[in-house]
Amino acid sequence: MNEPLADIGLAGLAISGILIGVALALSLVRRLGLEKDLIVAALRALVQLLVVGFALRIVVDDDDPLIFTWIWVVLMAVVAAWTVRRRAPEVPNVIPLSLSAFAAAAVVSLGVLFGLGVFEPTGRAIVPIAGMMIGNSMTATVVVARRIVAEANDHRDLIEARLSLGLSAQDAFAPHLREAVRTGLIPQIETTKTVGLIALPGAMTGLILAGVEPVDAVRVQVSVMYLVLGSVSATAAVMAIGLTRGLFTSDHRLAGRGSVSSPP
Amino acid sequence: MRQSVGVSDAGFELKGVRVEGSPRPRLDGVDLDIPAEGITVLAGASGSGKSTLLRLLNRLDVADAGSITWQGVPIQETDVLMHRREVGMVFQHPTVAPGTVLENFRIGAMDLDEETGADLCGLVDLDPSFLHRSASELSGGERQRVCLARTIATGPAVILADEPTSSLDPAATDAIEDLALRFVHPDSPMQISWIWVSHDPAQCRRLADRVVVLGEGRILATGNAVELAEHGDADVRRAVGGER
Repeated sequence: MNEPLADIGLAGLAISGILIGVALALSLVRRLGLEKDLIVAALRALVQLLVVGFALRIVVDDDDPLIFTWIWVVLMAVVAAWTVRRRAPEVPNVIPLSLSAFAAAAVVSLGVLFGLGVFEPTGRAIVPIAGMMIGNSMTATVVVARRIVAEANDHRDLIEARLSLGLSAQDAFAPHLREAVRTGLIPQIETTKTVGLIALPGAMTGLILAGVEPVDAVRVQVSVMYLVLGSVSATAAVMAIGLTRGLFTSDHRLAGRGSVSSPP
Repeated sequence: MRQSVGVSDAGFELKGVRVEGSPRPRLDGVDLDIPAEGITVLAGASGSGKSTLLRLLNRLDVADAGSITWQGVPIQETDVLMHRREVGMVFQHPTVAPGTVLENFRIGAMDLDEETGADLCGLVDLDPSFLHRSASELSGGERQRVCLARTIATGPAVILADEPTSSLDPAATDAIEDLALRFVHPDSPMQISWIWVSHDPAQCRRLADRVVVLGEGRILATGNAVELAEHGDADVRRAVGGER
């Protein structure tokens, strides 16, 4: 490993604050009225990350038991599930469904990466990898869940027409489900296709800044990209199955006599 | 005016059927026999419960109280998917799926071949060349005929028609009505009876063997249109176009 480039010290951190000054100056000159938001955002990022950084010292310390690491991962999943609910309030039962989806994604992706020995199961590896898994799964969950509910509401007539012809709920909704899941997966597939061409991905950038050889960083990055694709697919599949069950009754009717939404 | 037919045990029997709603029940204590022959028109003002009743018969909705039997068997005891194929439904707006007419026919009849598809086109007065046309590019009347043929493809004994002509022009309306009358004609090789929701008194008189008039979720009267035109209740007379 080369000399780490990432140890910027307090002075370096303070100097990087000049860039916030540039943004503030632009806001003032152009009368954008964003000065307060910029200052709050910059301070919040600093404080939040400092808190996370100190907490992570415990979580990623190789001398501490892994239980702290896994508690951290569960907390990340819970926060992500609440975030999904805030971003997709119209989706029924979204918190338990999101948690189930994250659990499935964790089993698939962490199971492969740690179970098959791609990475050592240490706190230092589990936390960032689980973070990337949950972060990307959360985005996919919001997109897929909102799309599924929108498809059920927008195409209620066609779905009922199919049901009235004797199709099961699963068959009647299949074309709409396919569309919703594709909507959730395509952005991630496109990102995977163009990775490195437009911008260097985060994990790779971090490793290079930390002094890792670029080719070594690529190996890690590619495994992370595969992790993300696998996680997003698992998440979308669980949301698709879980939400479809919630949208229909056991006797193959659309649930509710109005539109599909969360109870008030 | 068409002649009335008697009530048959082979049809639907509803007892004390209630569907909750707000501010009042959508259906409230409905007792009704509907024979599986001829054309029964469900008439009445908007919000009277006609469409709700029809959806119950296809099991797209369930009653909150009461019982419904079909051919003597409580409908909740039958296989719902089989029931829906036996008791088909055509909706107010002709909703076709993306794809060709043939692909639409295959929604409820997956193994349907082109020859049978062409026969279905013939049954609803569409040229067989329609089979490979995009269903969504057809006119409203043509789409409704595709929907009708799509339902016929599942082999129903009765078709529940929820104001199937209300979004169509007069010529397309005539065409759909003629098709319905053709399927109940004694000489028709394929006998399909109809339970037809209509708020058009003239259509009610043209089609109905038997009329059921609903008002505010209750049955106001049943009988043939001639008798009901003289009924004591003005809402009933209005539903069949009688004197006000």
